[in-house]
Amino acid sequence: MSLDKILFCFFAALAVGSAVLMVTRRNIVHSAVFLITTLLATAGIFLQLGAEFLFVVQVILYVGGIMVLFVFVIMLVNLDVSLRIPQFNRQRWIAGVLALVLGAQVFLALWTGRGLLSLPPKRLAELSPRNTEAVGQALFSTYVLPLEIASVLLLVAMIGAVVMAKRRV
Amino acid sequence: MAASTIAPDYYLLLSLALFTIGVIGVLTRRNVIVVLMSIELILNAVNINLVAFSRYWGSVDGQVFAIFVITDAAAEAAVGLGIILAFFRNRETVLADEMDMLKW
Amino acid sequence: MSHLIPPAIQPYVLPVLWGVVIVAVLPLLAGYIVLLERKVMADMQARLGPMRVGPHGLLQPIADAVKLLLKEDVIPQNADRFMFWVAPLISVTMALVAYSAMPFGPSFQVADLNVGLLFILAVSSLGIYGIVLGGWASNSHYSLLGALRSAAQLVSYETAAGLGLVSGLLFAGSLSMRDIVQAQKDQGVWFVFWVPIGFFIYLVGSIAETNRAPFDLPEAESELVAGYMTEYSGFRWSLYFLAEYANMIIVAGVAATLFLGGWLRPFPSFKEQFPGTSIEFMDLLPALVFFALAAYCLRLAPRQPVGVQKLVMAMVAGLCGVLAAAMAAAAAFAPEAVRQGVFGGFWFMAKVMLYLYAFLWIRFTFPRYRFDQLMRLGWRFLIPLALVNVIGVGVAIVLREQWGWKHPEGTLILTTLATLGVAVWLASSGEKPGAAPAAEGE
Repeated sequence: MSLDKILFCFFAALAVGSAVLMVTRRNIVHSAVFLITTLLATAGIFLQLGAEFLFVVQVILYVGGIMVLFVFVIMLVNLDVSLRIPQFNRQRWIAGVLALVLGAQVFLALWTGRGLLSLPPKRLAELSPRNTEAVGQALFSTYVLPLEIASVLLLVAMIGAVVMAKRRV
Repeated sequence: MAASTIAPDYYLLLSLALFTIGVIGVLTRRNVIVVLMSIELILNAVNINLVAFSRYWGSVDGQVFAIFVITDAAAEAAVGLGIILAFFRNRETVLADEMDMLKW
Repeated sequence: MSHLIPPAIQPYVLPVLWGVVIVAVLPLLAGYIVLLERKVMADMQARLGPMRVGPHGLLQPIADAVKLLLKEDVIPQNADRFMFWVAPLISVTMALVAYSAMPFGPSFQVADLNVGLLFILAVSSLGIYGIVLGGWASNSHYSLLGALRSAAQLVSYETAAGLGLVSGLLFAGSLSMRDIVQAQKDQGVWFVFWVPIGFFIYLVGSIAETNRAPFDLPEAESELVAGYMTEYSGFRWSLYFLAEYANMIIVAGVAATLFLGGWLRPFPSFKEQFPGTSIEFMDLLPALVFFALAAYCLRLAPRQPVGVQKLVMAMVAGLCGVLAAAMAAAAAFAPEAVRQGVFGGFWFMAKVMLYLYAFLWIRFTFPRYRFDQLMRLGWRFLIPLALVNVIGVGVAIVLREQWGWKHPEGTLILTTLATLGVAVWLASSGEKPGAAPAAEGE
């Protein structure tokens, strides 16, 4: 049982467990906290896969930015009465069953095909210490157009969010 | 330390599990904020998939794609939460069941 | 010694040792920085500060710690008990985890991560949750508002501070903390001399990041009672307090590493400048400093009013004397690695203390910013400034790398002047940071 497997099992169990808790909690703030632990577990998976830049990006942006935004909005719209009303809507049984059927189908496909990925895997080589540099190179050479489009998208989203949330005086 | 020696199949299964839980969350919860959070969960499941294959192929493209997914998730969360705030100010509710009239 | 430890856990022994040292020493250090703050505040306000508990108040932190531990633990009635318990825990844990990437010396570092600098930023941004969840869990209006304000402030200034760091990072070429110090050693100059504006932006951003004055509206006593810490008392409050001072040392450590040369000695090596001299004068400086401290304490000892205070003062003098002797011995006899480690640690802590002194000085000099002024300063002043700075530094780096200009000082001076120009323009045009806000909701 190598350290690899232990770490993967730990992060995977944490991610799935927190995700299940997140969709079932009655208290929205608890849901948000469990989503934060899921995202941190995902960041751990990224680190374990050698994507160290993505690990810090996930923590800084997703957990330290997006989830802070969520928590802010939750605290601004938190109604005490929401703790006593039903949490799940009328289609919960059908939706749940359908989602599980979908999951089971894909699981079956993956399980029968495990180990059969057609192209031989590249050598699972040592981690390059220059993961950040490689990502930076790729972002600014091959993918510079999507990068610029992403920045325009963020500008649009920023303007949209400010306009939507601004109080009309 | 060598990078992960676990086959990508297991990462796919993890990603599938998170995706399914996210889909259940989106379809069954009444609170719109929890629906948005479940969408973030789905996007994360996709990210795990991308990074696992980036490791498998030894190229960094998957990670770049994952960065763009995170960027999009940020943009969408910001706009979505802005909409929720605006709606809450008008209708005083965040339950999807009660957002059912196009015009008051 | 290495044969006693099984090879499976051998890479983990030294980091765990450093981790234990950090976690053990840090609360004491934070407590004494609180005492230092009170003494410096007193000095700037022409009074004496704590003098009663121990000679010159030297035992005050210990008395405070004992008091806080013995206080009754009060939890508000409708508070969310789990969140109330976990929130200070998150703050303290994140503050302590950030120490794992901090290089206190050439070999005194728990983990030299490839993305060390970003890791510290990431963990600091996780500390926001301790504040937000604590404020929410207290089930009190003041706490919630203070927590939301504090979190908004932290998120805003994180961007500005990060961009200030980027301008220094462009010279280092790596995110690993050790490589950054090595780059300063290789290039022969601390990065603060190349990007003083970046350092200044990071200084302001880090003051706001740690909720220190003049950005301490969320926790000031006259506003919102005590912000998110209102309902916390006793040990839980001391955890928040420890987290705040630990955060201060972290940002000081990051600034020292990135801008002030980390563990490097300030002046060029005497031995290298004048080959043939057998002693390195700068290495004697730590010993001299401690010796001077010991002599001063010894001089003060007989003047203490109470007998036991004389004893404590003499003990402090003895401690400083022992340190002085240790430094002198290290300078004279120790092998190179030990000497580098000891003096590296000394210079690093000296720079951190200098940065913290700047924090304290600024705290007692400037009045507090109102919240809208604070947000305006962060978003509309610091971020554009930092962006202009990064662009200028980027141009300088490109000129150096692509066109071979080996000395980018000219471009950097131009960058600094351009950034200052933009700053003056921003400050004088449009709405002044101090103007009353227009009727814009919020």
